[in-house]
Amino acid sequence: MTPEEILQGLYDETLVGNAPRVLELTNEGLVLNMEPQTLLFDALIPSLEEVGARFERGDFFVPEMLIAGRAMSGAMEVLRPLLAETGVQTIGKFLMGTVKGDVHDIGKNLVNIMLEGAGFEVIDLGVQVAPEKFVAAIEEHQPDIVGFSAFLTTTMPMFKANMNALEKAGIRNSVIVMVGGAPVTQEYADAVGADGYAADASQTVKRAKSLLQERRAKVPA
Amino acid sequence: MAPGSRVSGARTSRTIESGRIALVACGALAQSSAEIAERRGWPLDVHPLPPLLHNQPQKIAGEVRALAESLLPAYGKVVVGYADCGTYGALDQVCADLGLGRLPGLHCYDVFGGASRLQTFFEEQPGTYVFTDFLVRSFARTVERELGLDRWPELREDYFGSYTRVVWLAQEPDDELRALAEAAAERLGLPLTVVPTGTTGLEHALADLVG
Repeated sequence: MTPEEILQGLYDETLVGNAPRVLELTNEGLVLNMEPQTLLFDALIPSLEEVGARFERGDFFVPEMLIAGRAMSGAMEVLRPLLAETGVQTIGKFLMGTVKGDVHDIGKNLVNIMLEGAGFEVIDLGVQVAPEKFVAAIEEHQPDIVGFSAFLTTTMPMFKANMNALEKAGIRNSVIVMVGGAPVTQEYADAVGADGYAADASQTVKRAKSLLQERRAKVPA
Repeated sequence: MAPGSRVSGARTSRTIESGRIALVACGALAQSSAEIAERRGWPLDVHPLPPLLHNQPQKIAGEVRALAESLLPAYGKVVVGYADCGTYGALDQVCADLGLGRLPGLHCYDVFGGASRLQTFFEEQPGTYVFTDFLVRSFARTVERELGLDRWPELREDYFGSYTRVVWLAQEPDDELRALAEAAAERLGLPLTVVPTGTTGLEHALADLVG
């Protein structure tokens, strides 16, 4: 296969979630001495962006998003260490978790897929993440953004508990806080003092990028 | 026309005599509601909406509004056979705008099992996935196909990896339904807890609406 065929194949097979074929093409591309960042930025990320666009248009649904994300994740398992070796910078570090008392993680996982597809390094703490665990992980990983996810009206109040924990630990201003989940609104995000909110995975990526730009613009060079 | 329940496939009718009540119902509750109304002799016509709306709950309020508005000129009273059902208040806004009552609670689980009992289940194990009789019967269509598990069974872990058990709120359990529930839970890889509820909760909730 030519490098162009590899890239086209990666794009097409990621789009339909053919994980085994995406992994094969990734390895074939590396055998051809293609750069890992070429495979990522010229095929995998554009394909996942197209997945997100189709989801926004209502042409794709959750299963299609998840299966495409799994295909990309398989490729990333191979590419991630190579990208680290070549010193390719991620556009930001995003720490993510579903709040304590809540096990719903499909929306969170979709956001993770889109964030990684957009070039973020994503650290996922999983579900039922207690405030003190968020604090410890922020101190350990020093993320640019932390995301709190909740699917239930009964667990949304944990956003405020998390914010209080960040304040108490003295790290509130060192990290951008985003919140999201089916019942969450901009008004609720404002009420708990979050920096950002988005209604779906694609919007989360856009909002995360803009919040990061705003934060970095405030820091003197 | 004598009182008694009927399930309507028509979106609206202007020929229905006054005194009858229209129930705009989730398709998952329509049959049970019609049977209860028939037994109680309520002059209730059930107008079901597709149960698969639950997979796009943001559409429920709009669909209920459209159907209720089309029925209001023909009926003396229209009521809503939905709980909040993931609309996060949007359905309440429709009910307030049109002067309609709805079923209580966050989900039909609250109607069948009682809100406090459901709260206890979720406090005991946040990873509780709930079946009703409807979900058990339609599992292949409403769960497996809708979630893409028929095409990509490997997604099971993505969807259900954080769940720890299935609680079946069994309205009318029999051997056949029990076998289906056990098979469905097994396909999710989760242990099954059977909680007989009957339909008393739904009957009381409907009685409040109809009365």
